[in-house]
Amino acid sequence: MELFDNLALGFQTAFTFSNILWALGGAILGTLIGVLPGLGPVATIAMLLPSIYSLDATPALIMLAGIYYGAQYGGSTTAILINVPGESSSVVTAIDGYTMARKGRAGAALAAAGLGSFFAGCVGTIVIAAFAPPLTELAFKFGPAEYFSLMVLGLIGAVVLASGSLVKAIAMILLGLLLGQINTDVISGVPRYSFDIPELTDGINFVAIAMGVFGFGEIISNLGRPAEHREVFTKHVSGLWPTKQDFKDGFPAVLRGTALGSILGVLPGGGALLSSFAAYTVEKKTRGRPGEVPFGQGNIRGVAGPEAANNAGAQTSFIPMLTLGIPPNAVMALMVGAMTIKGIQPGPQVMTSNPELFWGLIASMWIGNLMLVILNLPLIGIWIKLLTVPYRFLFPAIMSFCCIGLYTLNNNNFDVYLAAGFGVVGYLFYKLGCEPAPLLLGFILGPMMEENLRRALLLSRGDWSTFMSRPLSAGLLLAALLMIVVVMLPSIKNKREVAFQDAD
Amino acid sequence: MKIKSQKDFWSGLMFVAVGLGFAWGSTNYSFGVAARPGPGYFPFGLGLLMAVLGGVVLFNSLVVETEDGERVGAFAWKPLLIIVGSVLVFGFLLPRLGMFITLPLLVVMSASASDEFKLKEALFNAVILTVGSWAIFIYGLNLTIPLWPELGAATGG
Repeated sequence: MELFDNLALGFQTAFTFSNILWALGGAILGTLIGVLPGLGPVATIAMLLPSIYSLDATPALIMLAGIYYGAQYGGSTTAILINVPGESSSVVTAIDGYTMARKGRAGAALAAAGLGSFFAGCVGTIVIAAFAPPLTELAFKFGPAEYFSLMVLGLIGAVVLASGSLVKAIAMILLGLLLGQINTDVISGVPRYSFDIPELTDGINFVAIAMGVFGFGEIISNLGRPAEHREVFTKHVSGLWPTKQDFKDGFPAVLRGTALGSILGVLPGGGALLSSFAAYTVEKKTRGRPGEVPFGQGNIRGVAGPEAANNAGAQTSFIPMLTLGIPPNAVMALMVGAMTIKGIQPGPQVMTSNPELFWGLIASMWIGNLMLVILNLPLIGIWIKLLTVPYRFLFPAIMSFCCIGLYTLNNNNFDVYLAAGFGVVGYLFYKLGCEPAPLLLGFILGPMMEENLRRALLLSRGDWSTFMSRPLSAGLLLAALLMIVVVMLPSIKNKREVAFQDAD
Repeated sequence: MKIKSQKDFWSGLMFVAVGLGFAWGSTNYSFGVAARPGPGYFPFGLGLLMAVLGGVVLFNSLVVETEDGERVGAFAWKPLLIIVGSVLVFGFLLPRLGMFITLPLLVVMSASASDEFKLKEALFNAVILTVGSWAIFIYGLNLTIPLWPELGAATGG
């Protein structure tokens, strides 16, 4: 079986001592930032990008991936214990998890979340290993026209499923694409929009954008809000192990959540957030055993299902990134950036050109998930202590790491100034209700999209109909159009708005 | 005419202005023809498309009713100026005075943006973060960052 050979290669790579340490480091860091409110995986990964220059590609990506799924675990801890979801994907976990904690069943809720996530993580890993190779095969048949259409679909999909206002989100993508145009044109060698600033002829470093908008911009908006009062359930975490009845109730929910998350994660823009929302809705509609606790009052299914789903979704959202080089969300956009930093062109060829990286990363996810269960359940006390770190200590630390990281990008203070500027821009976006994540996706894909568009037009001798006459390309564009139309339908539009208001 | 969503009004205006700006800027570069697109081809199209979408946002903000007018609200000037200012100061001073002076300055300065600022705590935080950053970036990752004011010699790395 090829699948097992591949996984064997992966585990061989991932089970070296240093790679296990990197996975562990990523998992710990991820849990940490998941627990700490006001610091998410996007800002953290952006903060760490400058330091991966000194690492090999495989350990670097193993660590970054660990941060992403570690944050999913950590986010659920805060959701259950203080009713503040550390990550947006844990929003629904807070509904039943927090009520369980208030009834003295925090331990059972944490265990359901942890074990459910672990199960989902294992399944997610197998799904990636099974579906990545056939998708890669398909991607090799793509020409420039198909790639361009695929990127259009990816970008549209990312905002259709995961943002508030659709028109604004698409405009933010375009803004990202335009910012990606500040560079030296690959084909003609002409510097564009550089205003005679030599640093700009190489293009804006996306770390500066990510840190400015997601680091500084977020700090400014957090400080602009009045400090919130938090109530932490530190004393009540006892009886960690769920009862037999909890297992009986929770396990089917975990199964449903995992299945749902694995499917939704692959969709562009799906990922963890959508998966957890969908899983909660499914659990609410599924009839449980008679006499169980109602939803909203501490039903264990309301914790186990969404937590399994968001972890499965987080895992399978690696599929489009690894096989096609197309990031479905902001974290994956940063992973693509990290690969580029390490000199690896993301896309279908990664699997054949860097098999250790590809399969090692996949295997390390399983190892990382195992470590996370151990980190999160027995060591929960440590994380609870961290919950009490006040923001006034935290944000200067974020500032320090960002500033040093920015300087070391090119050993030059230009990137520091640039990020300060994007901090202002990020705050402006926050004030105007414009979500910044689509901008980052557009920025990452911009140069690739332009190159493919121009190559496709060259090949077709300037005939724009090439995008519609090639069946695969036409199908992808139609799918993108269909997504927009469906979301614009009044009945769905209303439901979608309600769902996102819940998320705030 | 009454603005029904302030947030959308201003963001729409922003999209129109930036989109037109990019499109106008792209006219400095060769546009090419469809069969041989030049460096100005893609940004021109993108800029125009963005301006159109901005126009849609702008139009909606004047037509679609909202419950509360979606006000932009007051700007948090204090954190905005202090945070951005301390980053700029850091960028300016780091190559000149080195990390051991600039980083504590950044920590204390940015900490003062918080309403719960206490100088003692900030100084304590500054010491920890400076030592920690040295351990991670200089000792651990071997990055080249100036450590002390440059008086002829003495740079770290």
